[in-house]
Amino acid sequence: MSETDEKMIVDGKRLDGRLPNQLRPIKMEVKIINRANGSALVNFGGTYAIASVHGPRALFPRWMQESDTGILRCRYNMAPFSVEDRKSPGPDRRSVEISKVARLAMEPAIFLEDFPKATIDVFIEVLQADGSTRVTGINAASLALADAGVPMKDLVTACSVGKINGTLIVDLNGKEDNNSEADMAVAMLPTKKKITLLQMDGVVSKEELMTLVNLAEKSCEKIYELQKQALKEKYKRI
Amino acid sequence: MEKYALELIEKGKRIDERKFEEIRPLTIKKGMIEKAEGSASVKLGETEVIVGVKLNVGEPYPDAKDEGVLIVNAEFTPLASPDFESGPPGEDAVELARVVDRGLRESKCIELKKLCIVPGEKVWIAFVDIHIINHQGNLLDAAALASLAALLNAKIPKLDGENVLRKEFEGQLPVVFKPINITVGKVGEKFLVDPSFEEESILSSKLSVCVRDDENICALQKQGNGELNIEDIEKMVDIAILKSKEIRKLVE
Repeated sequence: MSETDEKMIVDGKRLDGRLPNQLRPIKMEVKIINRANGSALVNFGGTYAIASVHGPRALFPRWMQESDTGILRCRYNMAPFSVEDRKSPGPDRRSVEISKVARLAMEPAIFLEDFPKATIDVFIEVLQADGSTRVTGINAASLALADAGVPMKDLVTACSVGKINGTLIVDLNGKEDNNSEADMAVAMLPTKKKITLLQMDGVVSKEELMTLVNLAEKSCEKIYELQKQALKEKYKRI
Repeated sequence: MEKYALELIEKGKRIDERKFEEIRPLTIKKGMIEKAEGSASVKLGETEVIVGVKLNVGEPYPDAKDEGVLIVNAEFTPLASPDFESGPPGEDAVELARVVDRGLRESKCIELKKLCIVPGEKVWIAFVDIHIINHQGNLLDAAALASLAALLNAKIPKLDGENVLRKEFEGQLPVVFKPINITVGKVGEKFLVDPSFEEESILSSKLSVCVRDDENICALQKQGNGELNIEDIEKMVDIAILKSKEIRKLVE
């Protein structure tokens, strides 16, 4: 993260014309991969993520099985062509970390104890990255889990917030991400407002931090409505 | 053991008789690895972490041509715990290194511009290598503290043309802030700092908060598969700000 002299907020608007608390155009579609038990596509502006769910299914090798609960596995991956300079394929340190935190963000929502010895595998592919890829991926993954019929307490809804030129904003795009003073990823179970993912880097005061968390919560409410709508759409198509 | 620790916490006690906001005895030693440009070891109770800082000459990143480079890596050596395996770093080691990296980087604790030798061509690359010696809980806070202490201990070697003169130094590494990472755990409705290994297994979630000298927050990482609400986060951040001041005094 580096601060530039370029003004990122002009006359109260962001460079792409959005207001500070405005999300980018969001598109969500469920059941896009027929070989998976569940799948979804989520676009936040120029960030495209697809997720698919395989399982619950038997877990092998056997020593990985848990006798009293199922396990959740998650892989976050970025396509080599998703960024300006080609990313070499395969996991890097960033995607290893994101895979872990995405898994922990979704685990509390799922009744894993209903599936002893089984695994639920979630795969998140970022096809194009323009900021906020992990939260877009988590939104897609949660839809894919619901599409797969995995019993859940709630959907998992995620969004990014940040600080740029001293202004607190939601849903950072790639350029904003690179020029922000701080950015934060939040995922929550929206019905009870329980936060399951919280990561931040950059410099903020405690007051700003709490405002950011509240801002994320409000945005998650909006995203949650879109997620529910996308799931209902699926049944209209049948 | 887990059940016992949980029962104690519900009664307002901890298994090692600490207060909820009390850290284990902390010792910081610096400079015990002579071959490294900077080194430190931190003992937090029985948890022990050694960090070495090496400085090499290399190329800057294309988007920061006049800045040195900071690289943080963590090795969970199998000697530290029966649960650690040899081989490439697992996700816990990767996460730990990245959270420590974030705290150091985002706080701007090192003046990276002062590590530039020839803009666009040659800069100092500071490698911070974290070795876990004994895993008795709260590795992250111990590793972050040891990293900061090792950076404070690090000197920049002299250069003779292309050669790095490892035994001669031109000055200290320019460290301007002292970010302190504090992990606050949540059990039931109780919050505790510096969880021991036994306590870690009963925590529903942890929040690691990196606090800078000016009380600004420079990194956050929620860990564990539990849930937090907004009030929890505020309480945890308050505890972290308070504790960070106490620990910062000990690292000088």
